[in-house]
Amino acid sequence: MSLTDLGLPDDDATLRRLSARLGQAAAEADLLDVAYRTIDSPLGTLLLAATPRGLVRVAFSIEATDEVLGELASRVSPRVLEDRPRLDPVARELGEYFEGRRRSFDVPVDLSLAAGFRREVVELLPRIAYGSTASYRQVAEMIGNPGATRAVGTACARNPVPLVLPCHRVVRADGATGAYRGGPEAKIALLALEKASGPAPAV
Amino acid sequence: MKTPFEALVRTHGATVLRVCRAVAGPDDAEDAWSEAFLAALRAYPELPDDANVEAWLVTIAHRKAIDQIRARRQAPLPTQELPEDSRAAPAVGGWQRDLWEDLATLPPKQRSAVVYHHVAGLPHREVAAILGGTPAAARRASADGIAALRRTYSGELR
Repeated sequence: MSLTDLGLPDDDATLRRLSARLGQAAAEADLLDVAYRTIDSPLGTLLLAATPRGLVRVAFSIEATDEVLGELASRVSPRVLEDRPRLDPVARELGEYFEGRRRSFDVPVDLSLAAGFRREVVELLPRIAYGSTASYRQVAEMIGNPGATRAVGTACARNPVPLVLPCHRVVRADGATGAYRGGPEAKIALLALEKASGPAPAV
Repeated sequence: MKTPFEALVRTHGATVLRVCRAVAGPDDAEDAWSEAFLAALRAYPELPDDANVEAWLVTIAHRKAIDQIRARRQAPLPTQELPEDSRAAPAVGGWQRDLWEDLATLPPKQRSAVVYHHVAGLPHREVAAILGGTPAAARRASADGIAALRRTYSGELR
């Protein structure tokens, strides 16, 4: 044997186990600035990332994982590790949403990746009710800046937490669905899901 | 711009595990690995962007592995019986116990040079940067260490 063979045959399994343990230990030591995990969904694999303050990023499978994690490392913190427990509540709520059993989200959100006007826009998105839509112009009016239709479009396109902050409910004034971070088909599928599950029950 | 820490674990996790096994032995290697990556995670935001990440991780791993050995030496023996000569113990799960035990008998500088160069795969230039001294001295320490291992290690050493 050579010195570089100082590994055991089950190294891959060992490293997976050690990596999972590292995520836990990092969280316990308050060193896990960004925890992430992936979940399966009807829209494909979703990447979820959270800081201790809340959900910071939801990414679709058409976004490159390395780029998503790279952006989190450079803009939030390089202390990024896979760890499931912090994302369990949002994973559960998203599961309920895709089954048509949930109409709004209760998880805390961290908008570190959206500043200024873009942040204002995505913060008011939950005011667009489940099963309904608003035009980019209507959202611009809601924010008190009717001329900012195009900027509203940009803000929605760069929404760091799609689904949970429902930018898919913002559509073009002519009725066309418009662009979406997860691709236009995903947006159409979400609007169809919400239509099929019916409007929010009266409170 | 910094790489996400998870990429460091993915890229260098296996090398760090080899270093921990070579220095601390198989029983303590996993704890040393965990301690090393946790310490690295703590210090990572302050690491200069142009640092050699692998050399940095190997250095931390080596230190944590030595800590594990020291902690074990200070721990009381679980039984009154003296442990049998571990060289007589059979290889467990394909693990060649005697090679890492022979490594442990090398003088610290030789052992470090052997581990950094032959186990972690760092060039002598990087080894010298970690240990101090010239690349030639690092090469010599590594060669002396390998020569000593050839004398004591019962198996074949390539």
